[in-house]
Amino acid sequence: MNNSTKNRLTDKAFQYFGIFNTFLGLVMLAVFIFVIMQVGLPRLNWDFITSLPSRFPEKAGIYTALIGTFWMLFLTIIFSVTLGVSAGIYLEEYAKKGWFSKLLEINISNLVGVPSVIYGILGLAFFNRYLGLGGSLLAGSLTLSLLIIPVIIVTTRESLKAVPKTIKEGAYALGATRWQTIWKQQLPAASGSIVTGVILALARAIGEAAPLIVVGALVYVPFIPHTPMDDYTLLPIQIFNWTSRPQPEFQVNASAGIIVLLFLTFLLNGISIYLRNKWQKKVKW
Amino acid sequence: MRRPKEKLIEKLLAMSGWLTILTTLGILVILVYESVQFFADVSVWEFLTGTEWTPLFSKKEFGILPLLTATLLTSVIALLVALPIGLSIAIYLNEYANRKFRSTVKPMLEVLASVPTVVYGFFALTIITPFLQSFIPGLAGFNSISPGIVMGIMIIPMISSLSEDALFAVPKSLRDASYGMGATRFQTVFRVLIPSASSGIIVSIILAISRAIGETMIVAIAAGQQPNFTFNPLVPVETITTYIVQVSLGDVPRDSIEYRTIFAAGMVLFIITFVMNNVSLWLKRKYHRQYE
Amino acid sequence: MNQLIAKNVNVWYGENHAIKDVSMVIEPYQVTALIGPSGCGKSTFLRLFNRMNDYIDNFRMEGEILINETNIYDPTVNTEALRKKVGMVFQKPNPFPTSIYENVAFGMKIQGMNKKSELDEIVETSLRKAVLWDEVKDSLKKSAFSLSGGQQQRLCIARTLAVEPEVILMDEPASALDPISTSKLENLIFELKKSYTIVIVTHNMQQAGRISDQTAFFFMGKLIEYDSTKKMFLKPTHLQTQNYITGRFG
Ligand SMILES: Nc1ncnc2c1ncn2[C@@H]1O[C@H](COP(=O)(O)OP(=O)(O)O)[C@@H](O)[C@H]1O
Ligand SMILES: [Mg+2]
Repeated sequence: MNNSTKNRLTDKAFQYFGIFNTFLGLVMLAVFIFVIMQVGLPRLNWDFITSLPSRFPEKAGIYTALIGTFWMLFLTIIFSVTLGVSAGIYLEEYAKKGWFSKLLEINISNLVGVPSVIYGILGLAFFNRYLGLGGSLLAGSLTLSLLIIPVIIVTTRESLKAVPKTIKEGAYALGATRWQTIWKQQLPAASGSIVTGVILALARAIGEAAPLIVVGALVYVPFIPHTPMDDYTLLPIQIFNWTSRPQPEFQVNASAGIIVLLFLTFLLNGISIYLRNKWQKKVKW
Repeated sequence: MRRPKEKLIEKLLAMSGWLTILTTLGILVILVYESVQFFADVSVWEFLTGTEWTPLFSKKEFGILPLLTATLLTSVIALLVALPIGLSIAIYLNEYANRKFRSTVKPMLEVLASVPTVVYGFFALTIITPFLQSFIPGLAGFNSISPGIVMGIMIIPMISSLSEDALFAVPKSLRDASYGMGATRFQTVFRVLIPSASSGIIVSIILAISRAIGETMIVAIAAGQQPNFTFNPLVPVETITTYIVQVSLGDVPRDSIEYRTIFAAGMVLFIITFVMNNVSLWLKRKYHRQYE
Repeated sequence: MNQLIAKNVNVWYGENHAIKDVSMVIEPYQVTALIGPSGCGKSTFLRLFNRMNDYIDNFRMEGEILINETNIYDPTVNTEALRKKVGMVFQKPNPFPTSIYENVAFGMKIQGMNKKSELDEIVETSLRKAVLWDEVKDSLKKSAFSLSGGQQQRLCIARTLAVEPEVILMDEPASALDPISTSKLENLIFELKKSYTIVIVTHNMQQAGRISDQTAFFFMGKLIEYDSTKKMFLKPTHLQTQNYITGRFG
């Protein structure tokens, strides 16, 4: 075999290796989801969704965890969107390009890389203990908000940056103030892409368990929360709890819970992809 | 005049900007404050060199090494899985695949990173471990190899997309020169592209390891909660993150030494990831400048 | 309405001295054209009159710009109020990404006018003045991006007219338009000068000749020559002006 055929064979071989690897992870995930479905789907019925937790696997359900998750999502949206979008606007539109904005920028890149349990530790010491919020939904959602605010800031800045400067000039030229220009023109123009980014961040947040366990979310809550000051558990924490039980019946419950969690995660991801496509089609500056 | 309102709005917005600084300061202050109290009782030397970690037992030992080695072990396994796969995906998408294939596959790969980590933990514990046990005799039910592999799958998109960006940034002239000399794609990739994109690829590796080091639920579920000081991937271990969750799940009294261990452990975790993130940020800035 | 007066104006972008000691009096209810090679400072000078340069990071200016006898660079001046009096149309049409109606109504709405009937009326009169009404009256709810380039530019003029300015600044408003749209725009400018003072930047000599009463020639940040358009085109005093107008450079 001469050198050039050998070279061509290596090239081909590497090409197949690349294709193989591209699908390796995805195929594994697909197989896994298939197995989970097989185990979990039979268990997934209305009772499972509307039942309180229980020591008896066949009676246990995800009702409290699901309601807790919705509460958590709701509160986190409120805190993280107001604070994250505000900070994003400040950084993109107001902050002078100086040492302070550089510091903020480096700081945000750093916060994005801080492990989520560390946010949990911050929440535990500050919200739970220092402010005395205990293991409440409020303490948890504030912690989760801190975790995703850096992501929302980055999204907001990028979305605002994508709005052409001419829009801003147009508004200024009509006598709009800086804030009127932002609020009435730039933000609406950027909103599609901000919303996309926020939903993506929430899709991440909804699967978080570790930081919330650290802040004081409970593993077993026999009632649903009614106010932000109530104790709670979450779907991922409930799944974690069942996973760590020895009885195989609880593994079946965990599978069924995972189906619900994956459904919610993929739903949020799907919505954001849908919005992004719709948004991209609509806007042609 | 609307000036006062405008000023007020600017102040409010600036305050939310400050919040991000406060978050960082909050993390630092809390970790340092509690760690200082911790190190009043436990010597730093003992903490950093001790090979036993038993704060929750009656005979308490505070050597962080078992947690540290476990953290490194699982992360290295993850990298061993993710690096060849992620990098070859990046190369394939960049050099071999057509644009349509690329734009369909990239978001699909992102799905791997969006799966909740408890789900991955369950995957490792109930599928990968039993599967590995079928041909690795003596593999314990909890071990570091299985969660390591699964974490590797999770971080594939991180490596592939960041490396792809780096490969993409290699000037076209270099590539053309290589093809012009009669090199195959394979040769061009390994002799020209990867060396030129190396700093970007290193950034992706550092960020991916940092992510693996901070990952919690996968290891908490599938690696066990036994702080063994070992590099054997077949036995149960406990990572730093797992320990923090383990303590949080129990009822540890406030102001006890056990309570403070999570801050000391958290401090170690924070320092490691902080250093890695900043090294990668610094490298990234450096190579961005190179091509400008 | 009085004259617009620039007194010994200097502008710097960082180290770059973009406008060099320019003094000039612009007459009301006339069209004044600013001409000169690209980069000579026409846009910079034009944007001084509504303080649109204020947001540029390293912008610095000295001298005075007087409108109605007030120095508009006085710290007590309300820039928003100024910009309502001095409207601006840009080089590339820049409609807001909203409906045609909302584009025109925006300037009113930010002043706190919210009554539908009043807004409707102003939107209609403004669109009529901009000679766009007949083309869009059935599609006011449609996106402004659905219009052609020429229509978009007239929409931008309509939205400027809606806030009832006294002066309209135009920065090469026809440069992105086809010949037919350009001639429509020129007719419109001719119509508008009855009620507004118009300052227009153009790189098109024929256009300057067709529409303007006065012409100012800028070169490398300096005002070289300023006179009635007729005089400038027939008997310019400076060789540089003559060379530029006859197309020998620039
Ligand atoms: N935003 C800016 N920042 C820095 N320099 C600028 C800016 N805008 C214009 N300049 C500089 O000022 C000079 C005049 O520019 P401009 O007024 O745009 O000229 P014209 O409109 O005649 O083409 C040029 O040298 C240009 O590079
Ligand atoms: Mg110009």
